[in-house]
Amino acid sequence: MAELSYRDAVSRAIAQEMDRDPSVVLLGEDIGAAGGVFKATVGLLERFGPERVRDTPISEQAILGAAMGAAMTGLRPIAEIMFADFFAVCWDIVANQIAKSSYMTAGQVSFPLVIRSGNGGGLRFGAQHSQAVENWAMAIPGLKVVAPSNPADVIGLFAAAVRDPDPVMFFEAKGLYATKGEVPDGELVDTLGTAKVLRSGTDATIVALAAMVPRALAAAEVLAARGIDSTVVDVRSLVPLDTQTILREVSATGRMFTVEENPRLCGWGAELVSIVAEECFDDLDGPPLRITTPHIPLPSADALEDLAIPSVERIISTIERAMQS
Amino acid sequence: MSAPTDDITVAKGPPGVDPAILHRPGGSVDAPTQLALYRQMVRMRKFEKRAYDLFLQNLVKGTSHLSLGQEAIAAAFGVAMDEKDYTFATYRGHAHTLARGTSMTGVMGELLGRSCGVLSGKGGSMHLTDVKRGVMGSYAIVGAHLTIALGAAWSAKHRGDPRVAVAFFGDGTTNIGAFHESLNLAAVWKLPVVFVCENNLYMEYTPIRTVTAVDNPAADRASAYGLDSIVVDGNDADAMYLTARECLERARSGGGPSLIEARTYRTSGHSRADPGKYKPEEEVAAWAAYDPIDLYRARLLAHGVGEADLDAVDETADSDVQTATVEAQASPPPGLDLLMHHVWSDGGSSWRN
Ligand SMILES: Cc1ncc(C[n+]2csc(CCOP(=O)(O)OP(=O)(O)O)c2C)c(N)n1
Ligand SMILES: [Mg+2]
Repeated sequence: MAELSYRDAVSRAIAQEMDRDPSVVLLGEDIGAAGGVFKATVGLLERFGPERVRDTPISEQAILGAAMGAAMTGLRPIAEIMFADFFAVCWDIVANQIAKSSYMTAGQVSFPLVIRSGNGGGLRFGAQHSQAVENWAMAIPGLKVVAPSNPADVIGLFAAAVRDPDPVMFFEAKGLYATKGEVPDGELVDTLGTAKVLRSGTDATIVALAAMVPRALAAAEVLAARGIDSTVVDVRSLVPLDTQTILREVSATGRMFTVEENPRLCGWGAELVSIVAEECFDDLDGPPLRITTPHIPLPSADALEDLAIPSVERIISTIERAMQS
Repeated sequence: MSAPTDDITVAKGPPGVDPAILHRPGGSVDAPTQLALYRQMVRMRKFEKRAYDLFLQNLVKGTSHLSLGQEAIAAAFGVAMDEKDYTFATYRGHAHTLARGTSMTGVMGELLGRSCGVLSGKGGSMHLTDVKRGVMGSYAIVGAHLTIALGAAWSAKHRGDPRVAVAFFGDGTTNIGAFHESLNLAAVWKLPVVFVCENNLYMEYTPIRTVTAVDNPAADRASAYGLDSIVVDGNDADAMYLTARECLERARSGGGPSLIEARTYRTSGHSRADPGKYKPEEEVAAWAAYDPIDLYRARLLAHGVGEADLDAVDETADSDVQTATVEAQASPPPGLDLLMHHVWSDGGSSWRN
């Protein structure tokens, strides 16, 4: 056991997989000599050399196309898109090329690749460097979508993503890079498509993802002191989605609250609410509620950004109000 | 460079192209290779004419983009490439797929949406893929596959595998960002990839010269990426073949990428039943007189190849197309269970437990 930051967990995860499998290669802007704009790839160039750790020009389409072409011909590339907002300039390669090609070729090609990206807000970067876009990826058939909330999960889920034979979108929560957590020693490999119950309660089930997980846990502590005992589920993986764990935990308490950083419309929680409504409606004691960023681009100023993204206070007050009524 | 002559064995150069700018590769093409080039072109031509008939009968559904008139390019690369090299094609990819040896029945079946199709009917005309023969896919978003081809080339180089990736695309593609990103990165990384622009003078319906800042949409951009400017007669199968050989060899020997601009003309419409009304009559006539198959047949005859030998190639192609048509039409539609297959590499489509 050692304490590790979320950003160092990323580089440890990449190193673990590059050490294990020589076909794993890494590419992206400023990831090599500079160690990444978020310092999440520090030391990898020195350790694995310039053939396997490739600094690229500012060419997001070429980065992802290179990863795709390499994945279909025997490599296991890890591509970085620096800020998840930048997916908008290369979404064709993600949504039309990587996601669809296995299906449209009746399985002649497959794409064992990982696209990692700094996702979400909290760093006052303004609208074009802060959006949480995990719901974009979830909307595309053919992509697996993972978003870890802590350093140990970063390593375990990243290893699972690299070893997975299909394309995985790996969303690193920018707001969590500096946070720390205990990480077991040795090789870590987790399983995609598994949610985790982080806290068990009897009154309400809070379902959260990535940067919203620590906030949900903090809110649950305060709520417990006020007499509302909550379960907290970390979704971890949107595709595949562990609906069994979520349905079980929601049925057990009878109330569901999602905490989502993505903007309101068509956020991942909407899909969960629909699944819960269809499959465990009779177990509910009240309407499922979604706590999300409003349907707005993110503002930059501290006061405004803090108001936009679900805060511990907003989670507490929403749940308290709902449980009292 | 040699001056153009009246000798049929030396092409005059495509209509409207200053012969002085044409790349005239060295070397010569031996007789068996010439026959292979002729055979490839004839097979493509006859296959696509049949595909067009079937489209008009509403048997080929959706859309279909023919490369009638552009066959010399696909044939040249088909003959020049190594068996294991990678082809990346566009929605206009029938000829490029056939060029690598994919069965006519497989391609025809795909066009007709039958289970014998190379993609079991899941891809259709625009997505022909035959990985076993190096056809790594046909892509229908303009420009995207240039980036993917460079990835395959990167992978080959990284793995120490001597394969070369070849990406075919149109003149219109030179104005999209992916083209420029790909050329730059391929040049910086010195990748074994050949980018082949088939300049057929039009994007869909708009003449390329009216929307492009330079005269030669690919070749005039080459210098921006440190590459040679190559304009070649895309209707001269010999010039195309020798140019292909040259660029494949450069890629294979570590010399990095090439960008070829092949001047050609699609004598068909852009897609479907497009009558091509936007094309001036004189232009159509000039290119009709510069048809790659007519030119090549005349050249082979001038070289002493027997007419009967060429006729035999034509007849075999006719009967192959007929067989493919009959086989494809007899093939059942794809099994309905295929709908939910192949999203993931385990063959399934499950997104939840
Ligand atoms: C990104 C994108 N924009 C537009 C289209 C629609 N479209 C399909 S083919 C085509 C023309 C492409 O022209 P060119 O590159 O010259 O190829 P050609 O069809 O002449 O072979 C267009 C605009 C598309 N498929 N993808
Ligand atoms: Mg064109």
